[in-house]
Parts: sequence; C-alpha cells; structure tokens
Amino acid sequence: MRTSLRRDVDWFSFHGAVLLLAGLCLVLLAAPTAIVVVVSFTSGFSLRFPPPGYGLRWYAALAEAEQLRAAAWNSLVVAGWTTLLSVVLGTAAALAIARSRRLSARLLDSLFLSPLVLPALAFGLAALMLFSLAGIPVSPLTLVLGHTVVCVPYVVRTTVAALSQMDPVLLESSTSLGASRLYTFRRVTLPLIRPGILAGGFIAFMASFDNVPVSLFLRDAATDMLPIRMWQDLEGRLDVTVAAASSVLILVTVLLAAVMERAAGLSRRMAA
Amino acid sequence: MSAGPATAAGPVAAPLRPGRTWTAAYDIRLALPLGAFFLVFFLAPLALLVLVSFYADPAMTRFGLDQYARFLLDPFSLRVLGATLWLGVEVTALTLLLGLPLALLLTWAPGRLRGLLTLIVLLPLLTSVVVRTFAWIVILGRQGIVNAALLGLGLTDAPLKLLYTEGGLVLALAQVQLPLMVLPLVTALSRIDPNLADASAALGAGAWRTFLRVTLPLCLPGIVAGCLLTFAAAITAFITQSLIGGGQMLFMPMYLYQQASSLNNWPFAAAIAIVFLVAVLACVALLNLAGRLSGGRARA
Repeated sequence: MRTSLRRDVDWFSFHGAVLLLAGLCLVLLAAPTAIVVVVSFTSGFSLRFPPPGYGLRWYAALAEAEQLRAAAWNSLVVAGWTTLLSVVLGTAAALAIARSRRLSARLLDSLFLSPLVLPALAFGLAALMLFSLAGIPVSPLTLVLGHTVVCVPYVVRTTVAALSQMDPVLLESSTSLGASRLYTFRRVTLPLIRPGILAGGFIAFMASFDNVPVSLFLRDAATDMLPIRMWQDLEGRLDVTVAAASSVLILVTVLLAAVMERAAGLSRRMAA
Repeated sequence: MSAGPATAAGPVAAPLRPGRTWTAAYDIRLALPLGAFFLVFFLAPLALLVLVSFYADPAMTRFGLDQYARFLLDPFSLRVLGATLWLGVEVTALTLLLGLPLALLLTWAPGRLRGLLTLIVLLPLLTSVVVRTFAWIVILGRQGIVNAALLGLGLTDAPLKLLYTEGGLVLALAQVQLPLMVLPLVTALSRIDPNLADASAALGAGAWRTFLRVTLPLCLPGIVAGCLLTFAAAITAFITQSLIGGGQMLFMPMYLYQQASSLNNWPFAAAIAIVFLVAVLACVALLNLAGRLSGGRARA
C-alpha cells in the first residue's frame, strides 16, 4: 500500500514537472511570434499590447516604405545567389565526403561545418580585410561570397545526412543492371537525396536572408539589407511599421516552411 | 556492415575497381570546388585576421603584441569578455532546464502531435532574428504585456524596467536559441531503447530515478551537442544583445564591431576577434571533453 502510493506520487510528480516545464517552454516559443502579429494590426501609434483597436494602417504604411522594400529586394537577390552557389558547391562536396572513410574526407567535413561555430562577426571582419587587401570593393558580389561561406554548411550537413541514410544496395543493383555511374547518379542517388538538398537549400536561403554579422561588413553603402534596415529602425525609434514588416516575414516563412515540410519533410531533416 | 562487397552482392556487382566499393563511390575530387572556395574565402581571411591582429598600431606600420597586451591587461576588455562568456553560461543553463522537458514531451507524443510540436520548436529558428528580438521588445517594454499584466493585477505601481536588463536578455536569448537545444536532445532521446526504461521500472526504480540514472546519462551526447550550439549562438547573438541589452551592457560582438566600424581600429578589432574566437573554441573543446569523460563513465 505504502510503496504503491509512493510510486504514484513519484510518477505523477515526474510527469507533472515535465509537462509543466514543457508547456511553459511551448508558450515561450510561440508567444512572441503571435504577439508581433497581433500588434501589427494595431490602430494606435505605439507597440502597446493589447492594442487599443485594430486596423490595417501599418500595412498601408508598409506599402509606402520605399527603404524597407528596396532592402527586402536586395536581401532576396543576395539570398537567391547564395543559395544557388551553396547548393552547387555543397552538394558536390557532400557527395565526396559522405561515404568516404578517408582521413581527408573527415577533415574536409569538419572544415566545411566550422563556420557554424565560429563567430560570424569575426569572419565578416576577416573577409572585409581580404577584399580590401585584394582591392575588391564591397558590393553585392562580396556579399554573396561571404554569405556562401556561412550558409553552405547547412547544405553539406543535410545532404551528407541524406547520403548516409541511403542504402548502398540500391546503387549496387543499379550498376549490376548495367546502368552507368552517371545514369545511376541521375536516376537513383539524386532522387533519393533530393529532400536533403532541398532542406539544406531552404535553410541556407533563410540564413542568408536573415544574415546581419557578415552583411554589416561586406555591403556597400548603397546596398541596404532588410535585417540591418529593420535593426537600425528599431534602434532609432520603435516603429509599428516594423511590426507589419515582421508579420509579413512571419507569414512568408510559415508558408515556405509548410511547402518545404511537404516537399522535403523539413521537421524530420532538421531534427536529424 | 556485412563482410565484403563480393559476398554481399555476388560477383555481378563486383566493384568497378578492386578494393573500392560503392559505399565510397563518389570521387573525393568533387570536394575540390568547395575546398578551393573555403581556402580563398574562409581560411585566407582568417589567416589575414591573425596577421592584422599582430600590427602594433592602427595605421598598420609595425608588428608587435601591443593589441593583445592592450586587451589582456585592460580590466574593461576583460570584463566584456567575462560578461559575454557568463551570458552564454546563463542562457545555456536556462535552455537546458526548459529544453529537456520539451524534448521528453516530444519523444512521448504520438506522430501527428509530434509533428505539430516540432514545427512550434522550429518556428523561432525559421523566423528572422530581428523579428524574434523585436517581439521581446514588445513583451518587455514599459508598455509591454508583462508590465501591463503586473499593473493590472496591482502587483506594481509603476512599470518595471525589464528591457535593457540582463534577465530580460537571458530570457530573450533562451527563446531564440531553444530550438538549437531541443533538436539534438530529441535526436539523442529517440535513440534510447524504450526497453531500458521499462527494465528500470521493472527493477523497482521510480520515474525520477529512471530519468536520473538511465535517461539522463544516455542522452548526454545530445546534451553536450545542444549546449555547444546554444552557447556559441548566445554569445555571438549580435542583434539580440544590442537590442535587448541596450547601450549599457557591452558584449564581445558589439565591442568588436565598434572598434572595427566606428573607430576604424582594425588591428585591435582583429585582436578582439581572435581572443573571442579562441575563447569560443576553448569552451567548445572543454564541453566536448566533459561530454566524452561523462559519456565514458555512463557507459562503463
């Protein structure tokens, strides 16, 4: 009797504690995003929550915010080229190192992933020094080059993961049926690892679009990038237009994530 | 892995070249383009950074250890470094405390619910850093939700100062970095054989004891991986630090940026960057070592 009661108390206290903390954690994760969306519909002038009334005035203001629009366009273009370069270079590198047991492959693997742990701001400064030493003025091109260094690790990681989950027997049977290596690559390997490449490309795109530390050093004065523009707007004055811009970004992100979830099983891949 | 490729797949699927199997099918030379790219645009800049940090003066005319001496002998700089590392420790501890229960819940949840929870976990990781940080300004500001609630409940008479405080910063950073902690934990937890928990229960251990003696040691690799990612992300979180921390609190990224951008002192900025880099790498190595030591003991 006594021991069984103690076991019940033990079981309920443990599961209760886990549920309580996990619930708190979920609220903490989701609430800020939800609050930004709600505040962006305010009819007032301040970031008061709850808003005094609701309206679309800040979205109308957003339509006239030339600077934000130009910055968003720049970020989009840079992120697009960065993703393209990252996917091409990263996929090739992942193919080379994924199933190899060579020391060189393992060393390359850690090299390609190392920008993930290094402070990006230090890399941004370093890259600026290199370009100025080489006499290359900062431009959208230097932005793409710098972004690719910090974004390519995501493609390498997800593609290597997809390759190592692939059953080698499939490749062997393709060859044994007479397919050439190139044909096998196109018809067997590529379709199997496509979700991994897609997921990596998506994360690389988001990381580039949102990058501040590298952009701070590698952009020229004429190239305004969206996260930097928003950051500077927020440092100066708390403008509700930023809330509207944020909500648009959140909406686009959630839509893209949903599409990627269908196409590539994003949540599984990022948890891997 | 089964024995050799010849026995596994028969003579038809014999490797194209002796001694090479399809498992290592792709040529290592495919890594050359990215390798060359990293050599020019990643390793060369870092080497240059080290070189520049050894210039004694901002005009870069003579070499010397002056910049490092300036940093390491200056109490102000050391305080900035210490505050940055301590901030990382606080954020990592809070994310671990909150992330572990969430990761446990995720592994218990059935398929559909699990997918939904995973997306909630991923959401902050996918939304822009500026947006996430901005949300915390709305929450912690003088007219923010927390203050509105406290005033409404009559718990305070005047709005509390929550923004531009270390507590607010730790909380905001914890939310921003939580996914980096939860994802490796979920991976580690889902690799644990559920029979082990059942066996532990059958042997008379309660839920807490099973968690502390079986689950926790077995998911240590996930804890170490999560702590590494969170710590590195928290101390380099330039935007969140500058917006939530405000002007009063100075951390290494902003210190570096000010020296490089506003003061144009490249050698000192480079030295700050190198000290920061070395500190980050030392912490990463230390955590890795701790993980390996405790991991080894857990297995023994």
